[in-house]
Amino acid sequence: MDINFIGLILASIMASAVPLILASCGELITERSGVLNLGVEGMMIIGAISGFALMTVTGNLFIAVIGAMLAGLLISSIFAFLTQTLITNHVATGLALTIFGIGISAMIGKNFVGIPGKEFPVLFDGLKDTIPFLGPILFGHSVVFYFAFALPFLTNFFLKKTKIGLIVRAVGDSPVSASNQGINVKLVRYSCILYGGAMCGLAGAYLSMIYTPQWIENMTGGRGWIALALVVFSTWNPIKILFGAMIFGGLTIIQFHMQAIGVRIPVQFLSALPYIITIIVLVVISRDSRKIRLSTPSSLGKSFYKDN
Amino acid sequence: MHKIFTRSLVSSLVFLFTLTVSAVAKDVKAAFVYIGPTGDHGWTYQHDVGRKAVEAAGFKTTYVEGVPESADAERVLRQLANSGHDVIFTTSFGYMNPTNKVAKEFPNVKFEHATGYKREHPNVSTYAARFYEGRTILGTIAGTMTKSNVIGYVASFPIPEVIRGINSFTLAAQKVNPNIKTKIVWAFTWYDPGKEAEAAKALIDQGADVIAQHTDSTAIVQIAEKAGVYAFGQASDMDKFAPKAVLTSVENNWGPYYVDRVKAVANGTWNQKDTWHGIGDGMVVISDLDSALPADLKAKVKKLEADLASGKVHSFTGPIYDQKGNLMVADGKTADDGMLAGMMTYVKGVEGDIPN
Repeated sequence: MDINFIGLILASIMASAVPLILASCGELITERSGVLNLGVEGMMIIGAISGFALMTVTGNLFIAVIGAMLAGLLISSIFAFLTQTLITNHVATGLALTIFGIGISAMIGKNFVGIPGKEFPVLFDGLKDTIPFLGPILFGHSVVFYFAFALPFLTNFFLKKTKIGLIVRAVGDSPVSASNQGINVKLVRYSCILYGGAMCGLAGAYLSMIYTPQWIENMTGGRGWIALALVVFSTWNPIKILFGAMIFGGLTIIQFHMQAIGVRIPVQFLSALPYIITIIVLVVISRDSRKIRLSTPSSLGKSFYKDN
Repeated sequence: MHKIFTRSLVSSLVFLFTLTVSAVAKDVKAAFVYIGPTGDHGWTYQHDVGRKAVEAAGFKTTYVEGVPESADAERVLRQLANSGHDVIFTTSFGYMNPTNKVAKEFPNVKFEHATGYKREHPNVSTYAARFYEGRTILGTIAGTMTKSNVIGYVASFPIPEVIRGINSFTLAAQKVNPNIKTKIVWAFTWYDPGKEAEAAKALIDQGADVIAQHTDSTAIVQIAEKAGVYAFGQASDMDKFAPKAVLTSVENNWGPYYVDRVKAVANGTWNQKDTWHGIGDGMVVISDLDSALPADLKAKVKKLEADLASGKVHSFTGPIYDQKGNLMVADGKTADDGMLAGMMTYVKGVEGDIPN
């Protein structure tokens, strides 16, 4: 197996990790503010149909991408209103959001089935063959791809080094103390939910506009749930999301490659591998329970309201 | 004056006649039960195209989509039978037992089950399409067009329908090019665009320059277009998704059969049948051939299509050997329908094992 071939495989793995990174990093900010939004799959699918529909109708890719993010934001605002203003249960509301998203995207999407998508421009395509191994990894990708790989680092910087990041974490750990410090908990949580929605919308748009440019019902195929699991898997650390997403995206691709090479490993075992690895990783990270407690937002999923 | 009178009399009689016929026809209600959403642009989508043909023929139709192959199916069927439907089409293999069970309770309702083999009651018919005939054509094209001699094949689940397709494809490709290798990747899904795209990419990275698929989405042909290799459309004509890559498509064309059967119910001529139609009956349709095909290959394919349609050529004509070299079909013989229906072994030349 030559080095260029490994480069090609790595490039495919990275491309498949993009929607997971985007959605997980968005959800991570939401969860860091203490809100558990299980509606990731629903927000992603809304982003997917909105992006695709806008691309087809307006023909403008920029409008379509922005529109998909706004659509994700808009649908997450329903969740925000319900959980923050009406103080509903996070888990139930999030699940409802997923079901709602899948249903409404199918309804909007009826007229967009069977229409081929537009080609999304890639950057530095000419440089792909100039460097062995690194060429296909570094060059010839869409702008969303590069953004996704910068996002975990930006998220990390935001949470650790900025004042607003600190406020988000404070709200997630103890909304009562944050509120007593004069922080508007509701405003912070609203913003974090909307941001998470926009990122999930972008993740969906990546699927329907760049990865496989077409609209098919249910096309997110459970990736929202994997993104949710990744946040826990990473113990709320954005850098670890990067690796988690590569492992999850990569296992499918590696098992396809092994099948094509003719490696005689039962396909069922290879398909089960992502789950086996998840269990192993969870066992390994849960050995240090103190560390997990420290990084878990203490008030995750708990409603907060101010007594007047 | 007399002439005009006759003419108007004739025309009003014709009018009355059509009115009666259409009145009878419109009384028949057909229902369709789908496994997936009609928006999958694959299996269910093509069945729904067939349903629309029934509607266009002047009959009332209803459909229920996304029905799981479980006790839910029975419930849905019972409800459809109870609400005045005269004929119910159940369009997935897993509806076999529920269809037969509910058919027993409603002897006056006709049931049509796709891809199954159980007809336990006189009001149950089965129907399926000989898609493998289409794959014989795809194999012939793939074997001729490949330069790397590596052909990729994205498969869904290891069931006879899929194995039969792989075998028929490989046999045809070997016939025109004995050096080819068919690499198979099992995606274990019928439609998941992301996964299908990844499977196709893996095959292309490993040197395949023609990709065939037995999954439903258009992701694979799009990946092929991007990578500059050839591919074939599945279930519907996928040419517009990848104009350069798609050499042709094998289309599922249920419409004529559906219209036929609903009309039979309306006329009272419906009877129990086991239908397995191929290219000859128009249930399997080969889309337009791409301009990338050289003229002599085009002519060859056209002839093959005509011969498959007339029955002059059979996709499984002996001698056929399995992977271990055992004779499956003797020289000059053709595989019978029983063998085709239960085919669970690869023919010689297919790489790898069937996952179980």
